[in-house]
Amino acid sequence: MTSLAPVPRLVEQFERGLDAPICLTWELTYACNLACVHCLSSSGKRDPRELTTRQCKDIIDELERMQVFYVNIGGGEPTVRPDFWELVDYATAHHVGVKFSTNGVRITPDVAKRLAASDYVDVQISLDGATAEVNDAVRGAGSFRMAIRALENLRDAGFKDAKISVVVTRHNVDQLDEFATLAARYGATLRITRLRPSGRGADVWDELHPTAEQQVQLYDWLVAKGDGVLTGDSFFHLSGLGEPGALAGLNLCGAGRVVCLIDPVGDVYACPFAIHDRFLAGNILSDNGFDNVWKNAPLFRELREPQSAGACSSCAHYDSCRGGCMAAKFFTGLPLDGPDPECVQGYGAPALEQERVKPKSSVDHSRSGPVALKLLTKPPARLCNESPV
Amino acid sequence: MRGLLTVSSPAAAFDPALHWRLHHQVAVRPEPFGALLYHFGTRKLSFLKNRTIVEVVNSLDDHPDVRSACRAAGIDDAQQAPYLHALGVLAQSKMLVTGEA
Repeated sequence: MTSLAPVPRLVEQFERGLDAPICLTWELTYACNLACVHCLSSSGKRDPRELTTRQCKDIIDELERMQVFYVNIGGGEPTVRPDFWELVDYATAHHVGVKFSTNGVRITPDVAKRLAASDYVDVQISLDGATAEVNDAVRGAGSFRMAIRALENLRDAGFKDAKISVVVTRHNVDQLDEFATLAARYGATLRITRLRPSGRGADVWDELHPTAEQQVQLYDWLVAKGDGVLTGDSFFHLSGLGEPGALAGLNLCGAGRVVCLIDPVGDVYACPFAIHDRFLAGNILSDNGFDNVWKNAPLFRELREPQSAGACSSCAHYDSCRGGCMAAKFFTGLPLDGPDPECVQGYGAPALEQERVKPKSSVDHSRSGPVALKLLTKPPARLCNESPV
Repeated sequence: MRGLLTVSSPAAAFDPALHWRLHHQVAVRPEPFGALLYHFGTRKLSFLKNRTIVEVVNSLDDHPDVRSACRAAGIDDAQQAPYLHALGVLAQSKMLVTGEA
């Protein structure tokens, strides 16, 4: 970072919000060939109101005008949209860089060659276990093999520096070194992020989130070996475990201030982990465009006001963790102005013991919802029999 | 091929007596505090934390050397040290290039 002496801290600037996001997450579709137990967006079925190709291109034009440098495209599984590559090409031609997250299903040798030829596209393969056993328990049978095949294809095509994206859980936190080895094998960069209790993640968070001891283990690993490991700034709730600045990154919640999420129907949420009416800022189609939602949505204006430290105000570590993750608190039923459920000072655990009501998901695209038009009497013979793809 | 467009000349020492300019893959986005810089090749983000340094960065290409770009932005030689340091950091991260790079 470039610094000159007489300026306010950058973090303070960012907390007041920027005129445009630095980057944003764009879930292109809720359709997915997998059904990961912790899916942030409760994906599975395509939403019939999904944005059209033209509407997506209009949004890209607007992002170009706002100088949003890049979008993190996800889903669902974004590559199952028939116009996926067309949209990627359109974005990069309009100076909006693309990083997309995929489970690897469509990363064939041909696609890998195509990706290797582009300077503006970055690929992130999701993997939640360094072994098939650990990964497939969360992401589904065959998903480890699918991801590894994608990584092989990318490496063989000469694609440099793909990302392996890992959500850290109770079951894979011991595999961090193995993930690093795996990344090295494919010339990839390891990216690890925090498990959020969002979407279907709310249902499994209690069993999957790292224990208090594992949080310390994770922190120590990041400090010792985290150079060159990406974290999406997602572990700022751990910063209270050591010296300020020991963890790389800005370590602030950027929701509605420097980041946000666009969902497949054009709804804009404060962040990718907050797909819920409480954090819905507006809709690009009905609220006069993304720029307007970003700049004027009452929710975003509220998030850019100074936030109350609430129950955390007397804690000496508040300056480093800033109360932790808003979405993690919300979806575990904790007050937003109190400790993070994984507070490293130990204030989260007793809060979780209290009477609390976990908010119901307001959006669910899971394929096996409670209301099924027809019930299968036996499991589908092949994955695609049940797949919308 | 991916990577070949990214200039990988050996990190030239930052000499403010030379002509430097923004790398062609770098975008500058004005912000109330200064500007954000993004390098599409390295995917690195940088921050310029006041308007004067933004002015210098944006005008580098119009001047034969860095010091004259600073002077044109109203920074006389005695005050240039922090600016040259910041520009040096940008040069290190390949946001700025010199010569035929």
